[in-house]
Amino acid sequence: MIGADIQILMPEIVLAVYAMGALLAAVYTTKDGMAPLLTWATSGLFVLMAVWIGINGQGTNIAFGGMFVDDGFARFAKVVILLSAAAVLLMSESYMQRRGLLRFEYPILVALAVVGMMVMVSAGDLMALYMGLELQSLALYVVASLRRDSVKSTEAGLKYFVLGALSSGLLLYGASLTYGFAGTTLFAGIIEATADEPSLGLLFGLVFLIAGFAFKVSAAPFHMWTPDVYEGSPTPVTAFFATAPKVAAMALFARVVHDAFGGIVGDWQQIVAFLAVVSMFLGAIAAIGQKDIKRLMAYSSIAHMGFALMGLAAGTAFGVQAMLIYMAIYVTMNIGTFAFILSMERDGRPVTNIESLKMYSKRQPLRALAMLVLLFSLAGVPPMVGFFGKFYVLRAAYDGGLAWLAVAGVIASVIGAFYYLRIVYFMYFGEEGEALDGKINPVLWGFLMGSAAVMLIGVVNLFGIEPIAAAAAATLVN
Amino acid sequence: MGNILSLTTFLPLLGAVILALFLRGDDADAQRNAKWVALVTTVVTFICSLFILTNFDPNNTGFQMVESRDWLLGLQYKMGVDGISILFVMLTTFLMPLVIAACWTVETRVKEYMIAFLVLETLMLGVFLALDLVLFYLFFEAGLIPMFLIIGIWGGKNRIYASFKFFLYTFLGSVLMLVAMVAMFADAGTTDIPTLMTHTFGTENFNVLGVQIVGGMQTLLWLAFFASFAVKMPMWPVHTWLPDAHVQAPTAGSVVLAAILLKMGGYGFLRFSLPMFPVGSEVMGPLVLWLSAIAIVYTSLVALVQDDMKKLIAYSSVAHMGYVTMGIFAVNQQGIDGAIFQMISHGFISGALFLCVGVIYDRMHTREIDAYGGLVNRMPAYALIFMFFTMANVGLPGTSGFVGEFLTLMGIFQVNTWIAVFATSGVILSAAYALWLYRRVVMGDLIKESLKTISDMTTRERAIFAPLVVMTLLLGVYPALVLDIIGPSVAALVDNYDTALATFEAATQFASN
Repeated sequence: MIGADIQILMPEIVLAVYAMGALLAAVYTTKDGMAPLLTWATSGLFVLMAVWIGINGQGTNIAFGGMFVDDGFARFAKVVILLSAAAVLLMSESYMQRRGLLRFEYPILVALAVVGMMVMVSAGDLMALYMGLELQSLALYVVASLRRDSVKSTEAGLKYFVLGALSSGLLLYGASLTYGFAGTTLFAGIIEATADEPSLGLLFGLVFLIAGFAFKVSAAPFHMWTPDVYEGSPTPVTAFFATAPKVAAMALFARVVHDAFGGIVGDWQQIVAFLAVVSMFLGAIAAIGQKDIKRLMAYSSIAHMGFALMGLAAGTAFGVQAMLIYMAIYVTMNIGTFAFILSMERDGRPVTNIESLKMYSKRQPLRALAMLVLLFSLAGVPPMVGFFGKFYVLRAAYDGGLAWLAVAGVIASVIGAFYYLRIVYFMYFGEEGEALDGKINPVLWGFLMGSAAVMLIGVVNLFGIEPIAAAAAATLVN
Repeated sequence: MGNILSLTTFLPLLGAVILALFLRGDDADAQRNAKWVALVTTVVTFICSLFILTNFDPNNTGFQMVESRDWLLGLQYKMGVDGISILFVMLTTFLMPLVIAACWTVETRVKEYMIAFLVLETLMLGVFLALDLVLFYLFFEAGLIPMFLIIGIWGGKNRIYASFKFFLYTFLGSVLMLVAMVAMFADAGTTDIPTLMTHTFGTENFNVLGVQIVGGMQTLLWLAFFASFAVKMPMWPVHTWLPDAHVQAPTAGSVVLAAILLKMGGYGFLRFSLPMFPVGSEVMGPLVLWLSAIAIVYTSLVALVQDDMKKLIAYSSVAHMGYVTMGIFAVNQQGIDGAIFQMISHGFISGALFLCVGVIYDRMHTREIDAYGGLVNRMPAYALIFMFFTMANVGLPGTSGFVGEFLTLMGIFQVNTWIAVFATSGVILSAAYALWLYRRVVMGDLIKESLKTISDMTTRERAIFAPLVVMTLLLGVYPALVLDIIGPSVAALVDNYDTALATFEAATQFASN
């Protein structure tokens, strides 16, 4: 029995053991000298695991009496998480190396965070959920303040920690209420408890849980930490924050509302729709005045989470599918965009001011073009793939009876288009400014170009992601 | 010849890719090569489109040369051409070589400029040929990107403001259409345009935010599409982006904008609003007619007081588009025939007028009307050509401008005499502003010092105008050339519209009894 359970949990166990082993190895040998090797090895392991999970996984396997669920939905999320984390690690190596930030803890903490995320998306129980969430969050708090001698970075870490602890508290409170009124922490049990008229306490529990998740996906009005943490953290870490944890939190969100509260869709639908509409508008409007591209990306991610939540708010299998596709596209776009941001340097020092991009297109036409494609994709303008993400969630929202949400969403996307266009304006129309460095790390170049190419070529068939996402969503909502 | 439509559509894109990948450097040779590649590509595209025209059977009112392939989410890659779209395709392919030739004197970032125009041509052709809602939207929206860049990079002094206004205005209009498309997809279960034309969307009245919507879902969908096409057209009062965009855009950009991009709005009304939402069109039609009438008179008056030549022609475009919307929503054979004719002829005439402004702008670098005067003394050939197109713009019989205006007015006269009377006054006003412009710029004595050395048109410039003159005259004296092609399709459109309305009225009467 235990053997079979462990079999199911194998990827997580392998990764956790690897993290511990790597920690020991690094501590007892050359410490930071091993960091580059560890970074490459961790990223390679992530890719291997993604391939393993993607190809090997089959059916729905339940371990530890329902605490841990390995199904198509979890596997989809895990593959996206692992691949994006691998990409971010590869992109960070040279950046951090040159700034003396590449400590051996970095890849190990990322690996631990990824283990946490994998547990999150597979959680079938409130306890497992919380364990995964905290493992992820604690690792992330530390990574945020990786630049120990920078006030901004430590501030980011501290802010993230304090607010994260608050949200964990909210979530835990919701979990305990749910447990109290449902009599079980298992999702399967909770859904039974909600079968007939759910008690008020259970609804309170649901609201607190959702508040906690909203914090983790940085949906408004629980977004306050995002801009500061994005700005203060070292850029590779920001890139990490913007990708894998978002997918994990979103998947967890979907898992809980469908697996545990799938019987009372009407009760959470309005809350999620509210979060979606507020996030979309806040993200779109607040980003307009930003001068720092990292802060801008923070608000952009808030708006994007609003769109993903729009799919979730539909409360249908198609909605979950739309959300999964949206997240996969979002992550791909963000990796390309952050590869570009990482390459923004002047005299070897990182620059994040948007105005530093003045007339970038004259000096680096190809890179500017790739960024242009990514920006229009982020804005959701066809034929870039970002448009299809929006189209899926709009369709889901409309089918779910939330036509007003779809209308609100597209209006927010027009407002949002303005700040993406502003970057295009600086790159293409503005006056000459002080030049940025022309050199770019080949890895960053590859990710930037690859991501832009995906945005264009994906218009053919989205690389066949659609049926996979549909199958994944079908295992969650039936 | 199975996929001639896709071939024609994507040929310019192929040219753009070749330019992007294989052309290096930015010296004079590279610039010349870029221009030649673009010119050859557009000419070959035009030749391809001639094959479409020769294979086209006007008496078949369905879609022809259809290609279809499965895409994602149950969408299809489907292209086809019918009597309504074919002439827009021909207009586009015909004008693009002239547009490329017109920007022969550009010297900044030539390669990118050519790529932008080639990509834009693909997207414009796609709009007219797409037979799937989402595919249509894809081309329709994507066209904003190259135009945004053309205005923003190669435009005039105030180009940033104009390009942002252009993009955001049109984007806002079309995202509402996107929601409507999603709703149609959900309602009909398909995005196939021919199927949707036979699908009847709900017409039961319901309340939205306490307001009763007569015509129900059809009216809402109609309004969403209207938001997009009215901005694109552009109709009064959402036309304000156009004068800005035109004034700031480079000459070639203005030509494309006026001659082709504006026609997407009219094409959209004919492709979507009328056949798919007949009840919605019937409910909202009078509003459009009055807006059009106001547009014709108001923008003509505004054109009178402009001191920038391009702005004047831009406002005159808005007025002429007023005839188009009026003709479309008269929904009879003459009205719609006239509307399509007017769009095609306006494509030649307004394109030529913007080129005329471009000719002197290239020499003097100003568009202020006051900076000119007496050009006829130094530029007789120019004066002649400008005269011709001014007259065509006014709607002189014998030019294509007359046929379009006359047909639309005839169409509207059968529907609402008052609007016809009101709109006809626009013809007089158009004569006033166009002739006054001509007098101020071309006639009189050449007294301005700066103009003393101005030279007449070069051979290249004359060559660009020649086809436009020929087409304007040809269509003016022999309009059957166009009407024979569009006639049967328009007749079918009007027929279906009337049948759908009759069914609806019978149903409502049955319900009220």
